[in-house]
Amino acid sequence: MKKIYYREWGIESPRYWGILAVLGVFLAVGGLAALYMEHHGHWVTGMNNEIVWGVPHVFAIFLIVAASGALNIAAFGSVFGKKIHKSLGRLSAMLAMSLLVGGLLVLVLDLGQPTRLIVAMTEYNFKSIFAWNIFLYVGFLVIVAVYLFTMMERKASKYYPTAGLVAFVWRLILTTGTGSIFGFIVARQGYDAAIMAPMFIIMSFAYGMAIYLLMLMFTFKLDGRPLGEKLLGRLKNLLGIFAAAVLYFVLVYHLTNLYGTENHEYEAFILRDGGIYTTLFWVGWILLGLLVPMGIVFHPALGKTHGGIIAASLLVILGGFVAMYVIVIGGQAFPMAMFPDKVIIESGFYDGVNGQPLHYAPSIWEFLLGVGGVAVSLAATLVGVRVLKLLPVSLEDEIVDPYHS
Amino acid sequence: MSGKVDQRRREFVSVAGLAAAASVVAPGVFLQATAQAEPRSAPVSSKTRYGMLIDTTKCVDGCSDCVSGCEKENGLDLLKMPEGADPEEWDRQRPRWIRTVKVKDRLTGTVTSLPMMCQHCEFPPCQDVCPTGASFRRVDGIVMVDRHTCIGCRYCMMACPYKARSFIHEDIDEKLTIAPRGKGCVESCNLCVHRRDNGGTTTACQDACKHGAILFGDLNDPNSEIAQELRRQNNTELRADLKLNTGVRYRGI
Repeated sequence: MKKIYYREWGIESPRYWGILAVLGVFLAVGGLAALYMEHHGHWVTGMNNEIVWGVPHVFAIFLIVAASGALNIAAFGSVFGKKIHKSLGRLSAMLAMSLLVGGLLVLVLDLGQPTRLIVAMTEYNFKSIFAWNIFLYVGFLVIVAVYLFTMMERKASKYYPTAGLVAFVWRLILTTGTGSIFGFIVARQGYDAAIMAPMFIIMSFAYGMAIYLLMLMFTFKLDGRPLGEKLLGRLKNLLGIFAAAVLYFVLVYHLTNLYGTENHEYEAFILRDGGIYTTLFWVGWILLGLLVPMGIVFHPALGKTHGGIIAASLLVILGGFVAMYVIVIGGQAFPMAMFPDKVIIESGFYDGVNGQPLHYAPSIWEFLLGVGGVAVSLAATLVGVRVLKLLPVSLEDEIVDPYHS
Repeated sequence: MSGKVDQRRREFVSVAGLAAAASVVAPGVFLQATAQAEPRSAPVSSKTRYGMLIDTTKCVDGCSDCVSGCEKENGLDLLKMPEGADPEEWDRQRPRWIRTVKVKDRLTGTVTSLPMMCQHCEFPPCQDVCPTGASFRRVDGIVMVDRHTCIGCRYCMMACPYKARSFIHEDIDEKLTIAPRGKGCVESCNLCVHRRDNGGTTTACQDACKHGAILFGDLNDPNSEIAQELRRQNNTELRADLKLNTGVRYRGI
């Protein structure tokens, strides 16, 4: 293996600033949307006392899950000693931190009292997985920053394997914490399942890889840096395997539910009668988000084209957002079984009368806030690659893996 | 000037000092005295466990007196729809501490009307999930929200099996001293906690119910009416499968 040199992202200034300006517009609009919601209160959103977590949570949780997944590429290099992945580690760590910051911003700006963030930092209830997540998220940023430092500073390189292991274990715990936000909710039929945590971990593998692939191809293409087809081929194959693994977990989750009669109504809601949620599940999540990208990356011809890999990555990301929508909103829209042996036929508080799903019509403000979070993540990554030596000068197959043929 | 002390001057200073101190302290003392018309004699104790028994056989279909009683008592009727809001959306966003629900038995088709509110669990899921500890259970069994530390994350609303909680979606113009509220916090029935702390023995919903369907009291006191009634006849805990040991019990469902 030849020595790999890293250099700052060298695209021309006007182009770089132009990209940042575009992202800046989305960022500013997202910020204004947050201010608008904060100023007026949540009545301007589609969220209500039935659907209490809406589109901002879909964006936030997707970004947080993808963040831990984006770190996998670095972890493959240091934990599993895959040399081919080592050269990809710096971008992986930068992307992971950026995605987490974007997700957290959305989450925090959607709070009813965002100015009380300091309360969340000083008052803890350690039985709450939310409280633990505050430590896990902040810890992730610190650990990954140190990990990145050990990759970049020669004098610190002896700590690189340890930092890599700690970061990898931490990211697994972090996604376990994120999945458990739902897994620990005993009240709702769609949640309250231990499989939520590992399912979120495997989802993070897929979404993180898809975003990483796009970012790698985008930065290399714009800067005219060579990117080996063999390397790209390995990464896209991993994407396909991760998508297949998500499909497996979704299958196990629903099959387990279908076995127990108590969950039949919930399963019928998601899989057959849930209207928008059923459509999103089958078309958005399963077909477009998993099967089609798997078909593309494993297709003998399509899988070798850059267009195919880009399309597959975009579809996995789209499927990821849809998956979060089905889990977060669909899980709330299904009425809670407050009277398991009875049907609610009238209610003064929208309790899912006659089993009807609870109403949610997302507002534009929620989407704008979410898109603002995505813009923060992308902008932070691009600033990172511009000012730090994160991107290898070349990722030609001869350089990263001389024995590839 | 010899070493002789000017006694008159010294007396003047001490009298003036006392007068100044009294003028600062006195209003506080007197205001405090008026505010404590009914002194809080004892601290909250775990010897007491407040709860309710709802006799659905007495509950009348179409009556919502308990709801209006609660809303008046806790200032929920003071909330106004924000200008420009869609009335239907707003109705889903405005807070309710108690609501009426009509249920039909899946097997027998028997229809029952009942009021639903926070069930004041012994092991409240809302308390478990709250990251800051704002959602808490008093030692006397009342589950409520500390509005100073609630950050408005709504995780408690996700976790409550009874959908008992409401989020304040809008600015508050008017509120009662006994039930302070603000935009961006979560709240729910607190068994009229202000009455508890001022010696009251009933809740607003109980007082409003003309049919005597709601009985409030101390579940731990064997001589209390509620404890005797609970012993006398079977009662039901909603979602008993979750083993939350609710403080609100139902008869007739």
